[in-house]
Amino acid sequence: MNSVIKGASYILAFTPDMVMHNGTTQTTERQVNPESEYLKKLEEHLRTYEQVVKYPPNQAYIGNVTPEELAKIEQPWHDKEIEGATRYGKYGEIMPQDEFICLMQMCDVFDLVKLEKNFVAETKQNLEKHPLVGKDLMDRLKEGEEVELIKKLVEEEHSEPLYHNKVLVGCVKRAHDLDVNLSAHVIHENLTSKATNVLAIMNLIAKNDIKKEEIDYVIDCSEEACGDMNQRGGGNFAKACAEVAGLVNSTGSDVRGFCAAPTHALIVAASLVKAGTYKNVIVSAGGCTAKLGMNGKDHVKKGLPILEDVLGGFAVLISENDGVNPEIRVDLVGKHMVGTGSSPQAVITSLVTQSLDKVGMKITDIDKYSVEMQNPDITKPAGAGDVPAANYKMIGALAVKRGDIERTELATFADKHGMVGWAPTQGHIPSGVPYIGFGRQDILDEKIKNAMIIGKGSLFLGRMTNLFDGVSFVIEKNKGKTEEKGTVSEEQIKGLIAEALKNFATNLLSE
Amino acid sequence: MSLLQGKKVIIIGDRDGIPGPAIEECVKSAGAEVIFSSTECFV
Repeated sequence: MNSVIKGASYILAFTPDMVMHNGTTQTTERQVNPESEYLKKLEEHLRTYEQVVKYPPNQAYIGNVTPEELAKIEQPWHDKEIEGATRYGKYGEIMPQDEFICLMQMCDVFDLVKLEKNFVAETKQNLEKHPLVGKDLMDRLKEGEEVELIKKLVEEEHSEPLYHNKVLVGCVKRAHDLDVNLSAHVIHENLTSKATNVLAIMNLIAKNDIKKEEIDYVIDCSEEACGDMNQRGGGNFAKACAEVAGLVNSTGSDVRGFCAAPTHALIVAASLVKAGTYKNVIVSAGGCTAKLGMNGKDHVKKGLPILEDVLGGFAVLISENDGVNPEIRVDLVGKHMVGTGSSPQAVITSLVTQSLDKVGMKITDIDKYSVEMQNPDITKPAGAGDVPAANYKMIGALAVKRGDIERTELATFADKHGMVGWAPTQGHIPSGVPYIGFGRQDILDEKIKNAMIIGKGSLFLGRMTNLFDGVSFVIEKNKGKTEEKGTVSEEQIKGLIAEALKNFATNLLSE
Repeated sequence: MSLLQGKKVIIIGDRDGIPGPAIEECVKSAGAEVIFSSTECFV
């Protein structure tokens, strides 16, 4: 039986000081042009936590605003607010920076994160109120250090500083004197990814009817690499995250593939569960500090706020078929192959129609396509256009070419089968997966019968190949629990043969 | 004669639009010489 999507969670961590100190656009500018106007102006363009919570696409990401509701809000969205917006959402939460820095220490098992004691004391009070941060995690938070020690570690020991509201509140130490793969920069990047992943897993467990002990396996599908100088991408963020999240019966592994990794990982997870290898598999990922403020120069130039000020994370639970939750059709998988080619027609054919053709479905037989769901509020001012809209145009154009829709219907194709984008530009975070939570609910509510999840990855960025990559799969309404057709036992066969021979003998005798 | 006949062309393709190799094939068929081609990810 097909495996099902049992739950999904989505979290954000607001990290404005990390935009300044860890986003590559800013760190590169500081190296190349330290006196630049951009760096001088940047600070004035940072948002407050309250603004970030009220920002419509962020409320959509954590599940409080549906894609349909977001589409009704006129763009641009950066000057709009959601009335009554809250930190906690149906699928997750938006964590403020001070709490997130403490969470980084809770996720650090090598005593590499040092925090200033007054900062810890103040933030601890808020964290104690957090519904998901229990005693086990609070016990991981240390009392804190004198600020002088932290200054010394930053100035003399190559530690990566941690700021909150421009004040030095801690640092991440290097884990080796010479090994660049264990440098403070890399450890900081990996710990932020780990902490956002852990927060997503915690929300997934809490917001769905799941026990931690029931999770068998975790697959991390972020874009970071952990290891030392002898194995730069040695990995297993997954097991490291499972440990902090308390998934005692779980092991795990990492799947990589740039932004396409979440879709690859979900196909792997669905196949593992369908095969009976594991019963409950979590596919999860944390965020990426490097991408903070990635399009900041264009945003500042246009007088906009820095909109890439959050780290993203998500977690999806794939489980055995329960007869209720949407099924994953691992027989309807699309893949961009080595020999596919790079023309848009070839790409969309490989990802969309290759699988549909196997079962005689039209492009319009899929109710919703979840593509690259980047928030256009971020990408349009930076000249990258509306990425989801561009993807829907390509799928719609192929539908016209195949005769699935009339040319006149092309304009409305995206409205019917697509959505506006709402996810932050955190690489793998917006790729296909943002709709899993809403899609599961839409299928359960019978608003739609199915959806196609498409992930794309820019492999050429790693300079190992010029190729791009992409995979897709279909989710659909559960057909209900059906009895597995059992095989006939040897005993039954013997009985049937004996019965037949007996009848034959009786017939012979009667003749 | 094609607009691109004998011209040298620098191509920057878009992962979510038209990738470099696809543009490369088009401009080559129009008689241009590709001196640089890459695909970038703008997100």
